[in-house]
Amino acid sequence: MSLSGELIAFIGLALVAIVGGVLLITLTKVVHMVIALVFTFLGIAGIYMLLSAEFVAIVQILIYSGAITIVMLFGIMLTKHQENDAPAKGGWGSFSLLAAIAGFAVAVYLGIYNLDIPVQPTALHEENTKQIGIELFSKYVIPFEVMSVLLLVALVGAIVLAKKDDEEGDRS
Amino acid sequence: MTGVPLSAYLVLALVLFCIGLYGALTKRNAVIVLISIELMLNAANINLVAFSKFGVTPSITGQVFSLFTITIAAAEAAVGLAILMSLYRNRKTVNVDEMEMMKN
Repeated sequence: MSLSGELIAFIGLALVAIVGGVLLITLTKVVHMVIALVFTFLGIAGIYMLLSAEFVAIVQILIYSGAITIVMLFGIMLTKHQENDAPAKGGWGSFSLLAAIAGFAVAVYLGIYNLDIPVQPTALHEENTKQIGIELFSKYVIPFEVMSVLLLVALVGAIVLAKKDDEEGDRS
Repeated sequence: MTGVPLSAYLVLALVLFCIGLYGALTKRNAVIVLISIELMLNAANINLVAFSKFGVTPSITGQVFSLFTITIAAAEAAVGLAILMSLYRNRKTVNVDEMEMMKN
């Protein structure tokens, strides 16, 4: 395979994403783990760009690198945590877990490594957002509306769960 | 054919999924466990978007589905953290080893 620009971009973005993930596992300070995760999310957003999904890439940057990271940082700051997340005890449990995940990875890899679907030309990159909008509002209106209800439920549920319930028996 | 093959994207998603799985099962801080779950959801999203371009019948549907998944993931993060806050107020810990009220 010749070293095309797309391949170089893919390798760079994939390296950023994987190094971020590995740092998430290996770093000891909790806040540093979240910062490492931002790099993973940005790398994945770049991967979406390569897959001609510009709108999904922007949404990824806004929601994941922006919102979810900030929410997680709030979660870390508002709870008392050990500054250093002590690694799990070694021994048979950890080793067998690693072996199980490696086995899973090998099994899936054997399934996908020579998956060859003939590439067909697509028009995904032309007016990507407009295509998504047309599809969303012509074929997926009901799921879209259900999603809005779900977001409302999550909002109310999160407020109710996180509300301070210091006055017991007081039905406010 | 000089582009990046489909299997490269799938292998990237597999690596990210395995990292997220390992993190979710070994980390002891509950916030980090939630973050690892987000990483696994992201790996699934990569697969959706990759198949929307390189699949048997390429179409925009995969991208629409990935948007739905991102929405679900955001809702899950918010509710998960709210549960964590509530738990922290009652138990003064975010360590998953000490969350064992439902054992026994």
